[in-house]
Amino acid sequence: MANFFDNKARAAAAASSSKSKPSELAGPTPALLPWVEKYRPRSLEEVKSQDHAIDILRRMVNASNLPNLLCYGPPGTGKTSTILALCRELFGPELMKHRVLELNASDERGLSVVRERVKQFAGQHLVNPSQQYREKYPCPPFKVVLLDEADQLTSDAQSALRRTMEIHARTTRFALCCNYVSRILDPIASRCSKYRFRALEGGQAAARIEEILTAENVKYQQGVIERALQVSDGDLRKAITILQSAARLVGVGNLESNSRAPKNARSVTEDSDEEMEDHDQTGLSSGSISISDIDELAGTFPPESTDKLLSVLKKGNTSNYNRIAAEITDITASGYAANELLSSLYSKIVFDDLVETKKKYKLTQIFSEFDKRLVDGVDEELVMLDMSCQIAGILAA
Amino acid sequence: MALLVDKLRPRSLDALTYHKDLSDRLASLAASADFPHLLFYGPSGAGKKTRILATLRALYGGGVEKIKIDARIFTTSSNRKLEFNIVSSVYHLEITPSDVGNYDRVVIQELLKEVAQTQQVDLSAKQRFKVVVINEADGLSRDAQAALRRTMEKYSANVRLILVANSTAGIIAPIRSRTLLVRVSAPTQPEICDVLAKAAKKESWKAIPALNERIARESGRNLRKALLMFEAVYAQNPEPSEKTPIPPPDWELLIEQIARDIVRERTPAMILATRAKLYDLLTHCIPATMVLKTLCFKLVALPEIDDSLKPEVVRWASFYEHRIRLGSKVIFHLEAFVAKFMRIFEGYLVGMDF
Repeated sequence: MANFFDNKARAAAAASSSKSKPSELAGPTPALLPWVEKYRPRSLEEVKSQDHAIDILRRMVNASNLPNLLCYGPPGTGKTSTILALCRELFGPELMKHRVLELNASDERGLSVVRERVKQFAGQHLVNPSQQYREKYPCPPFKVVLLDEADQLTSDAQSALRRTMEIHARTTRFALCCNYVSRILDPIASRCSKYRFRALEGGQAAARIEEILTAENVKYQQGVIERALQVSDGDLRKAITILQSAARLVGVGNLESNSRAPKNARSVTEDSDEEMEDHDQTGLSSGSISISDIDELAGTFPPESTDKLLSVLKKGNTSNYNRIAAEITDITASGYAANELLSSLYSKIVFDDLVETKKKYKLTQIFSEFDKRLVDGVDEELVMLDMSCQIAGILAA
Repeated sequence: MALLVDKLRPRSLDALTYHKDLSDRLASLAASADFPHLLFYGPSGAGKKTRILATLRALYGGGVEKIKIDARIFTTSSNRKLEFNIVSSVYHLEITPSDVGNYDRVVIQELLKEVAQTQQVDLSAKQRFKVVVINEADGLSRDAQAALRRTMEKYSANVRLILVANSTAGIIAPIRSRTLLVRVSAPTQPEICDVLAKAAKKESWKAIPALNERIARESGRNLRKALLMFEAVYAQNPEPSEKTPIPPPDWELLIEQIARDIVRERTPAMILATRAKLYDLLTHCIPATMVLKTLCFKLVALPEIDDSLKPEVVRWASFYEHRIRLGSKVIFHLEAFVAKFMRIFEGYLVGMDF
């Protein structure tokens, strides 16, 4: 018990044990794991860009105590990862199974679940770990209920949580993750200490992605990482998934052309790593990820087409209808989604200095109206045509 | 006798005639050990389903074509019984959850979990996972899509999903970021002509390039529609020539007639007459959106409508189409559009601001 307070010794012990962990966790088929899971941060230190929140949480781990937590922020900023890493540091891999209950939107989460499963879990007795285990991890005497995507909980379920959180405060802590803190009832929010997770800064996110790509031996052209981050709006998970899909597409082709045995192919890519720069121009078939691959996978509307459409729109809508209609028919036939067209037009026009500010006010109104219509599920072709005509009308006015 | 569309549907990835690089990518994905979840999107008649079936064949071999149809019964939490049809082979399932409307979440949760928790028992099977094809994925409710999120990650060892949608707009972002997006764009007119020429050759019909071109243009780059039109032309005239008229579907004829009527006469009596025709269309199960859209395009194509008036027509069509989605009684909005059109056209003729 003497070294219970000796955090340094414990951290060292935990580190030594976690070294052996990746191999066993990776299991028999590491290649089949999504990268997002494979490279999920395992400790608090690995979580990027959220220094403030991590600082406080780190102090809590050291004190072996925890308030109820509420993490909020845009998707892909590491909310769930942080909580999971925190639990892992507190309880270690063995005890985590008994002490942590994870609930998210894919589970049935109505009122009844909060009443039954959460209450039942919260009411359970604690299993005490062995003395040996306790030397490695703090193992504080409480359980953690992780409610992921908490803003999707019905308000009934949230009200049911209120009293539950207090009654079981002695043995259970709640960690809530959500995108919009405004959708959490005030009584719940006031029972938690809140942490805001900021969208990742470009530099750190890019560094992380580069790390992963190097670890996976994937070749890529210059600017790919930046483009991936750009299309995913700071959502690191999305960026990583897109890159994994891209790696699959080009990498898989690579395996086939080089040799039947995947191991050989992998060593080949490794060797040619240095010649990456030379490979850049050869394009898609060479097995390196190109920027156009990223665009295709993210489903974004290509910038060239936006420019083309915009140049047509700038001519106005009075005598230009047929050309606009032809453009839209073409876009519909190519299968691009209306929401992608909307967002790419939006970012083009709003940041275009040649468009007067007055017009921009009117345009944003149009964009908001059409975004609403798209969410309501209207016919895409008609909506795109109408939107283009209206934009053209304003641009030429 | 099967229709041309079904008879000539390519069975394997090699047999697909256009989007070669897409076929190559699908083939290499199917050959690799690591097959991701896929989301196919593109306009109808572009060949999404054909590509999916061909990919499945590449994954499992001919066994996927032996399909059976089951009717399963699901019970909702409020004890309502839902009957639901599943098309399945030993290796894959095909479902259309939007059939059951608001209860699609129940089906998704129960069915997918059931499939995902059972392992492939057939040792000779080429893949360890089953594929679930979800049609009309953009019609899934938000709840059902949220239910998919975690299932896709948790059970990825036993199940792969292939979602089919017309557009990614209706798919929530978390699903989009978990799938590999496959865009299938519509074939170009020369590509359609090419397919039609091949079809003619196979059926040993006389090939008429000019007719093929016209069909390709009229079909709006929808290959299925083009093939159906092609077959219809040859069925009606044993000896078609370059000038043979292509019979449009009768509902399109009716809508065109409505368009011409309301341009010619703008009176309350005409609205009443139109109502009968609109009801006629609706009772024949033509979706209201389709009616409105076609009516709008027919109106815009008429020579009486000046270019400056066209954006206005489109604007109101889009406005009332939105209303159709939100409202419950579609006929109101269709009629409202007709009345609105008469108003703005009249205003234009008188030279008034509308």
